Formats: sequence, C-alpha cells, structure tokens
Amino acid sequence: MNSEIPARTKVALYGLLCVLLIPFVFPTWWMVTSSLKPISDIFVFPPQFLPTHPDWSTYKQVFTIQPFAQQYWNSAWIAAVVTAATLAVSSMAGYAFARIRFPGADALFIVVLIGLLIPSEVTIVPLFRMFLKLGWVNTHWPLVLIPVFGAPSVFATFIMRQFFIALPQELEEAARVDGLGRFKIFRTIALPLARPALASVAIFTFLHSWNLYLEPIVFLSTPSKFTLPQALTQYTDAYGGPMWNIQLAAATLTALPVLIVFVLAQKQFVEGLAHTGLKG
Amino acid sequence: MTRTPDDPARGPPPDAPRAFWTMARRDSLAGFLFAAPQLAGTLVFVLVPLGLVFWYSLHEWNVLANTFNYTGSLNYEQLLGDPSLPGVLLASALFSAGLVVLNMSLALLLAVLLNQKLAGIAVFRTLFFSPVVVSLVAWTIVWGFLLQHNGGINGVLRLLGIEGPNWLRTPGTAMLSVIVVQVFKNVGLNMVLFLAALQGVPRELYEAARIDGAPRFKQFRRITLPLISPTILLTSIITVVGSLQVFAQIAVLTQGGPGVSTTVLVYYLYQQTFQFHRFGYGSTLAIVLFAIVALLTLAQWQMRRRFVFHEQ
Repeated sequence: MNSEIPARTKVALYGLLCVLLIPFVFPTWWMVTSSLKPISDIFVFPPQFLPTHPDWSTYKQVFTIQPFAQQYWNSAWIAAVVTAATLAVSSMAGYAFARIRFPGADALFIVVLIGLLIPSEVTIVPLFRMFLKLGWVNTHWPLVLIPVFGAPSVFATFIMRQFFIALPQELEEAARVDGLGRFKIFRTIALPLARPALASVAIFTFLHSWNLYLEPIVFLSTPSKFTLPQALTQYTDAYGGPMWNIQLAAATLTALPVLIVFVLAQKQFVEGLAHTGLKG
Repeated sequence: MTRTPDDPARGPPPDAPRAFWTMARRDSLAGFLFAAPQLAGTLVFVLVPLGLVFWYSLHEWNVLANTFNYTGSLNYEQLLGDPSLPGVLLASALFSAGLVVLNMSLALLLAVLLNQKLAGIAVFRTLFFSPVVVSLVAWTIVWGFLLQHNGGINGVLRLLGIEGPNWLRTPGTAMLSVIVVQVFKNVGLNMVLFLAALQGVPRELYEAARIDGAPRFKQFRRITLPLISPTILLTSIITVVGSLQVFAQIAVLTQGGPGVSTTVLVYYLYQQTFQFHRFGYGSTLAIVLFAIVALLTLAQWQMRRRFVFHEQ
C-alpha cells in the first residue's frame, strides 16, 4: 500500500527503526566487547564501547574454572535428542489427529491439548519424586523426557496437526488406492511435504531445550552434568559476586553459535515460525 | 491409474475369506499407534503428575527423613494465612500485565513498521528478531550487567547528565527491569506472527478505504485490527501463559527481591519447594498456578466470541 512513501517519511522511518533497534542489538554488542575487557575496565566510566585493552585470557578461564566444554556438550546433545524425539512424536501424533479416522480421536486430542495448560512448573514436584524413585535425579533423563512429552511437544503436535489439516489430500488418497500402508504414506509423502512445519517445530524445540533452566537446577547437582544456562551462573568469586568478564565470555560462547546459524538460515527461522498455524 | 482386480498391491483377492483387517480396522490401529507415543507420554509425564500434585498438596513430604504423611487441608490453611502470598500474587499480576501490554503493543508497532516497503527492511526484521535466538540466561546475564548500579545503562545516562537508580535493587525499577528484559528478548516472536497476519490482509480493502477518503489511522482501526484479531488473541494467550512461567530471569536478575517485589508465583514455588524443602506446600502453590493458567486461558477463549472478528 506504500509504493509512494515520501522521502522525508522514509528518513523518519529509518530513524525510528534505528532508535528502536538499540535495546535489541546493543546488549549483544556489549556482551561480546565486555567479555574482552580486563576486570579493571568492566565498570569504568565513561563506558568503553570498544575494549581499549582487549584481553583474550577470559576465554581461557571460562574453560579452567568449570568443565565448560563438557557442559557445552551436555546442552548440545540434550537439545539434539529432545529435538529429534519431539519431531518424531509430534509429527506422528499430529498426522494421526489430522488424517486418520480412529475411534475416540477427537476426545484423545482434547486430552492431549490439556497438556498445553500444564507447564512443567506445575508438575515439578511429582516429577521430581518420580525421577527420584527411578534413581534418575542428577542424570540428564528428566531434561530429555519432560520436554519430549510435556507441554512443548503438545504444542508441536498441535502445530503439526494444523499443518497436515491444511495440506491437500489427493496424493495420499492416490497412494492409498494403490495399497500403500499408512506408515509408508506418512514417511514418503506426508512428511516430506511437511518440511516447513517440521523446521519450525525443530527451532521451537531446540530453543526451548537450550534455554531450559528450572529443570536443570532442580535435577542436577554435579558441575560436569550441568547444562549451559546453569553453568553460566556459576562463574562467581569467593564472595558469590559474578566474575563479569569471564561470565560474559561464557555467555558469548553460548549465544554466538546459535546467532550465527540464525543469521545464515534466517529465512527458514522467521518464515518457518510465521507458518506455524498460529495465524488463527 | 488403472489396475486389474487381481493386482497384488490391492490386498487379498475378492474371493478370499473376508479378512479381519478391513481398511477401517487397519486405520484405527494405525491411528492409535501413531498417536500412542504422545498419548502415553502425556499421560505419564503430564496428566498423572497433575493428579499427583492434588494428592501431594494434602501431604507433607520430608525428603531427608523420607516420610510422607497425610496432613489434610493443612497446606491450604497455610496458603490462606501465608503473609507473603498477597505480595507474590501482586508481583505475578504486575509482571504478567506489564509484559503482555508492552510486548503486544511493541510487537504490533514493529510489525506495522516492518510492513512498510523500505529498502533493507529484511535486515531490520532479522535484527529485531535476533534476541529470540540468544540463549535466555546469556541475555539475562548481559542485562543484569547493564543494569548494575555502576553498569552500562547508568554509564550512558551519566554521559547525558542523569544519575540512574540501582535498577535491580530498588522496588519499583526492579519489576520494570525484569519486564523490559523479557519484552526485548521475546517480542520478535509476536512481531513475526503479527507481520505474517498483516501481510495476509487483502490490499483491495485499503484501496477501497482510500478511495472513500478514510484516514490512515481509521484504516488501521477499522480494517487492520479486526482482520488480525485472531492472531492478536492467540499471541496474547501464548504470551500470558508464557509470562506466568517466567523463572530464569527472576533467578538471575533479582532472586525475587527486593523484598518479595519480584517474587512471582513460579519463583516462590521453587523457593518453597527446593530451597525450603516444603514439597507439600509447593504442590499447593502449583495448584494455584494451574488454576490461574487454566482460568486465564478459558477467559481468553471466551473473549474470542466477543472480540474476534472472524476465524479462518
């Protein structure tokens, strides 16, 4: 509708956008630059927007104070397993609820949807007792099982169902007439078509697992088993005060890889998320 | 595609004894099997624990002594007499209300701005969205650093001749800080959803309105808002429910302080349960949380009838 925006409006729009951008971009810039400052420069006035004495030793200390590489690996593999398992569970359930007529399907779908109303914060006490009895406290099992079957996966199933409902059926009908089994139709026809929905579910799930904080601090007590969010808060001195530059270096190492992947694949990210069937 | 009747791919020939596995039965089985992992998992890890929360709220569980005793309504009596509870509920209400209002209005503003035809607008979209993919605790730590009394924000303010408060240690600004940190982290998500909705509004409607001489603002109120109202409703539900789960930000930035001014319900639940080992009382608080989430969600679905223009 705006093919003829006047030049002055354009300048005003760009100006407004740039000002609005500050709180979105500056923290990341401040994180990276402050991670390179020696501790004496951390709170110096006037603020240094670029480190005047760049000091890379903070990045070495990140790994010597804690088993940070191990913690990185913990977060990465947990997020990978949670994402893969959620994709499998939710795409199959979403397909069943969208496409297959089976007795009680609607009632069962509503039962599953109730899961959306029950964040793991509500059920954390029984879950804790359950995993305690199983002997799985201070293991990674709760961090995998709770999201794969809890509210995040219910949300994923909902998204997959919405996607499959909107997908034209003709191809699948033809394959059925040809006598193909349900699983084969699902795997060879429906699933490849569902790639955009799968991508957004994967992004959601990965970020959820990557950011998980309550479950790790409830279930894990050994530093070598910690995940990144929990590990980041452990860079404290003898008085419990944060070692800012080292903590920010660890935060940079945690944030940057995902940011880079995002910039490279941002079309999939943004458009994928907009396609999640949340449009109403 | 034509096939002869005895094509093997079509299943048993017509003269074979009527098979038990008819198409409908096979479909039923397939449907159950496909949904089974989700159903079983939701049952074990969501629904059964939900039932147990109610059960636990009638007990006191001492982990160290390994005792689990029925205490009847004791936890509920404590809940009603808990002097911290009003403050906690107020903090939750302030946080959720502040977050939803700021998040939704900023998301809508950004979406409208990004919907303009400007060169390089995709770059802005990427940058506004970028905090969504930054690790939550990393983002919170940086903001905690910026909001220190002698931190970056007060440093910049001092350059401008303003003496900033100790943001995270002053009652009013602590809550504001926690809200704002969370808004900038996640507003990109709602922004993208709004943007998709805006792009779905048919252009002809605006042209018609322009021919009729309707001013921009009126176009927005009478055409845009009604047409994107389903998206507004859905995102507001997601944002409200999400706001009730805020935990890491509080734990990292304020630990619920000063006083209980930022102790939202989930943080209080965590403190009572895992720091003070009051598992029974923690379960009672979990029920309060569940009731609030359920009520708000139901209320918002009801609102859909009144306010949402149409549904796709």
